[in-house]
Amino acid sequence: MVKVKNAFKKIDYEEALESKIESLEWIAEHNGQFGHFIGGRFTQPKNLFKTINPFNKKEIAKISQGTVTEIKKSIQAARLGLENWQSIGPFQRAKYLYAIARYIQKESRTISVLESMENGKSIRESRDIDIPLAARHFYYHAGWAQLLDEEFQDYSAIGVCGQIIPWNFPILMLAWKVAPAIAAGNSVIIKPAEQTSLTALYFAEICKRIKLPEGVVNVVTGDGITGSHLVSQKDISKVAFTGSTEVGKEIKKNLAGSGKALTLELGGKSPFIIFDDADLDSAVEGLVDAIWLNQGQVCCAGSRLLLQETISKKVEKKILSRMKKLRFGNPLDKSIDMGPLVSFEQQSRVKGLVDKGVESGADIFQCDIPSNLKGYFYPPTLLKNVSPSMEIFQKEIFGPVLSSTTFRTPEEAIYLANNSRYGLSASIWSENINLALDIAPKLKVGVVWINSTNIFDAAVGFGGYRESGYGREGGKEGMYEYLKFNSDHYKIKEARVLKENISVKKQTIPYIDQTRKMFIGGSQKRGDSGHSIGIFDNQREEIATVGRGNQKDIRNAVEAANKQMNWTILSSHARAQIMFYIAENLSQRRDYFISLLSSTSSCQNPSQEFDTTLERLFTFASWADKFDGVVHQAPIRANTIALNEPVGVMGIVCPDLAPLASFITLIAAALCQGNRLIVIPSENFPLPAVDMYQIFDTSDIPAAAINIVTGKHDELIDTLSEHNSVDGIWNFGDPKYEAKIDRASVSNLKQIWSVNGNSVNWINYHASFNKLLLQKSSQVKNIWIPYGA
Amino acid sequence: MPLDKNYNRREMDPVIVKNSGSPLKLELINEVRINKSAVEKRCASVINRRTVKKHNQAAWLLKAITCMDLTTLSGDDTESRVLRLCNKAKNPLRNDLLEDLGIEDLNIKVGGVCVYHQFIRTALDNLQGFNIPVVAVSTGFPAGLTPKKTKILEIKESVRSGAQEIDIVISRRHVFSGNWNKLYDEISEYKEASGNALLKTILATGELGTLKNVAKASLVCMMAGADFIKTSTGKETINATLPFTLVMSRAIREYFELTGFAVGYKPAGGISSAKDCLSHMILIKEELGSKWLNPSLFRLGASSLLSDIERQIEHFATGQYSSFNRHGIA
Repeated sequence: MVKVKNAFKKIDYEEALESKIESLEWIAEHNGQFGHFIGGRFTQPKNLFKTINPFNKKEIAKISQGTVTEIKKSIQAARLGLENWQSIGPFQRAKYLYAIARYIQKESRTISVLESMENGKSIRESRDIDIPLAARHFYYHAGWAQLLDEEFQDYSAIGVCGQIIPWNFPILMLAWKVAPAIAAGNSVIIKPAEQTSLTALYFAEICKRIKLPEGVVNVVTGDGITGSHLVSQKDISKVAFTGSTEVGKEIKKNLAGSGKALTLELGGKSPFIIFDDADLDSAVEGLVDAIWLNQGQVCCAGSRLLLQETISKKVEKKILSRMKKLRFGNPLDKSIDMGPLVSFEQQSRVKGLVDKGVESGADIFQCDIPSNLKGYFYPPTLLKNVSPSMEIFQKEIFGPVLSSTTFRTPEEAIYLANNSRYGLSASIWSENINLALDIAPKLKVGVVWINSTNIFDAAVGFGGYRESGYGREGGKEGMYEYLKFNSDHYKIKEARVLKENISVKKQTIPYIDQTRKMFIGGSQKRGDSGHSIGIFDNQREEIATVGRGNQKDIRNAVEAANKQMNWTILSSHARAQIMFYIAENLSQRRDYFISLLSSTSSCQNPSQEFDTTLERLFTFASWADKFDGVVHQAPIRANTIALNEPVGVMGIVCPDLAPLASFITLIAAALCQGNRLIVIPSENFPLPAVDMYQIFDTSDIPAAAINIVTGKHDELIDTLSEHNSVDGIWNFGDPKYEAKIDRASVSNLKQIWSVNGNSVNWINYHASFNKLLLQKSSQVKNIWIPYGA
Repeated sequence: MPLDKNYNRREMDPVIVKNSGSPLKLELINEVRINKSAVEKRCASVINRRTVKKHNQAAWLLKAITCMDLTTLSGDDTESRVLRLCNKAKNPLRNDLLEDLGIEDLNIKVGGVCVYHQFIRTALDNLQGFNIPVVAVSTGFPAGLTPKKTKILEIKESVRSGAQEIDIVISRRHVFSGNWNKLYDEISEYKEASGNALLKTILATGELGTLKNVAKASLVCMMAGADFIKTSTGKETINATLPFTLVMSRAIREYFELTGFAVGYKPAGGISSAKDCLSHMILIKEELGSKWLNPSLFRLGASSLLSDIERQIEHFATGQYSSFNRHGIA
């Protein structure tokens, strides 16, 4: 009992290890070797590789490397499972999801220990954060499974989904992927990261124990090669990936033109902004959760610290003394803050990036890691005096490294925060509600935490802007990622060939020569090329010319749309007013437009198309101030506001069919949400679009809200798709451009939506299609606002 | 005078400089920002980030005993009641447990005995030679609404009777009116009146309405010279909670960084289980460091906590869960 006496003198912590007996028992039951889980059965272990405990570098178990054979088998199983899964209906599906949630809770400690052993995260995190959230995700989605028919009646399941998850939150990312997918009636093949397969395999066993119908969930283990086999298979309808931006872009390229649905949750370099009126001690504590949670291996880690100049010294001092309190050790020790990084590769990568940062002039402060720790540890690091031009301020490090810089004004804070390719999350610390709520919408990120950080809930969508990916996980918005809109609602039953299939009386076109210009930055502009394209009527007579746009015209239009934000910052009421006014002004020119439409075979019924167009303007003007966000009720004391924000600068490629109605429908939907547009109108008959600019001119619409560049689609689409200042593209033009646009847009990961516009029933689609257009013209930003007097 | 000449813990610890106060810095008071959600999150998380088990837990609980102001503050207190308390203060643990743990020579006894003025002499007589300070509550405890004159007199009388520590209650109305000057002056006068005795200022945190008020009042009391800041009288409906401990610990840290004076912390009331007690200790260690976990800077105002600690220590010593009736009561 000398121990008590010594401990009395020190009053310190000692190692307190969580038991791993149950977890080891489970591994032993499998003889330390695991196969894949395909069609409800574990396969014979084959092509084995070791999974390593990063704390002691020892082997935990052997895992099978999936080959194309297993991938094919799993897809086959998923396809077989799909039919049954869909036939049993919402209530039965909900029961299974509920059972999964219960089992994750019942086996929570075993799963936590496996997670910490394999990943290196502290048992506190796996036990208190990851596993409870994973269970919550299945509970929440059991609910969506139950409500599927009443809440998503215009949608149906996509089919077989291939899902690839990273090693940083293995079971939680699995839950984020599997829960919404199967709740929506899909079946899945999930491929865990090769560093962390065990909890996915444990999850497979839970599926077996609850007798989940065979083939609904399949787990195929292996490395990136296995993953690339999975995404490249023809028979999957959807790919969901969470991981690095590089791999995400690779997948995006590979899937170009495949028509497969895709969600990407990628990297980040999230700002953590502290204003001088913040609760500084709490902000510093928040920082611990932001950058040292899971050793900083978090896609939404608050890795860029922005400090108001007046308090920067004080806060830096607080951070340094807080860093000294961090404890390191065995991930299973209940008294540590940080374990090792996941692997040697990760450790070397972080080290390399930090060394470069120091070389480029940053001041470095690091904690001492006890020398007896031999795992892949990397010390918590603060890099001070970092400038935005340094790589460490821009590049995702994915380690416990914080880069700090200062700002002088709220505007500068926003400017610095948005100076990033990424746009995943941000944290704002201020006790001034005016300030915090002003900053939040101005940050180009998917999630904002006010006076908090790294909090998640199944009811609140998570996902990023820009190169952080697209699509959301969680919330109702996350369900849409696993559902497809019923195409009967908008597609023409039988696609018609656009020919002169109606006889129209030849209209008299005015004698004076008509040269339509482009519309860029609010004024009519002659094209840069000095070439024109003749536009022909249905009698094959040239009735006008339009400019043959080139890359410079696109560049100028994008430039203008990026510079002039007026349309976006208008109130939604003002946007609605202007759009009603456009309709009013258009209605005065009814006769002209009807006569114009009569001269093209792309229009089936001129007066009907014109009247529909007016109605569409009214519809979307009406929506401008009604497509509101929601307030989520996450199970903490906070309001979480889900704001619908515009995509930003959007390119729209218009079809030939119904050249006025399709043009106006698309731009009205995008405009009403506050997007600024670069529109490439119908190639064959752009006249209704370009003739609109006179109406725009007289309708008070701010300059550069809409820019029109005419010309050959083939010559314009590349520049538009490649332009890094364009945030999204709707391709309603020829489907042959789909793959091209997908590929060209990879560089900044634009949000792409491709629909064959010539197969859309523009005059008489189902009203629910309007909602789809609104969804596609907006993205959800979730702002967490904890409160308390 | 039965004042124990050996008693001056502060001078025994060379690191700790007795707080001689500072001018009232209103700009500092006005800068105070407390985010309740973040404070609560920190409290919820810190107790899951750290744990002490087995011999280590036993050691921490022994430390808690040495920091305990064993308290009786009831209208029906009598000399016999106080004597019983004092006897427990001298022998907080069963002898066989001390032997089992091999800690007889640690001389485990409580940090102080806290009584009303009336019983100071009784306690002093009983505790003579044991180096256990007698603590008297004062200034119209618990409401603090008696005339200022009599409050000062009360302190002086208690000090004259031999109380080595004075726990005063602040005028809550000065907090609600934001009259920090008045609060500062009031405490300064108490400080003067208490002479060499330690001055603990009870904020009655459960009545102050917001954590921000708690932080501000903490700072003002320290600037005015408080040796300890204490949460509660034990008579409010909400007493010592973790958020109060966090906010007050941070205030102590700020004052320490500002002046170099280490002020003690005393949570009182509401901590009745060993587990709760450890949570507060962990939070203090994390925010202030181990230095604060000793009787010169940490006291626990408690009456029933000791019984639970005794049970936990017996469990550690024997491996069997214990029962209340196996330990002598206070």
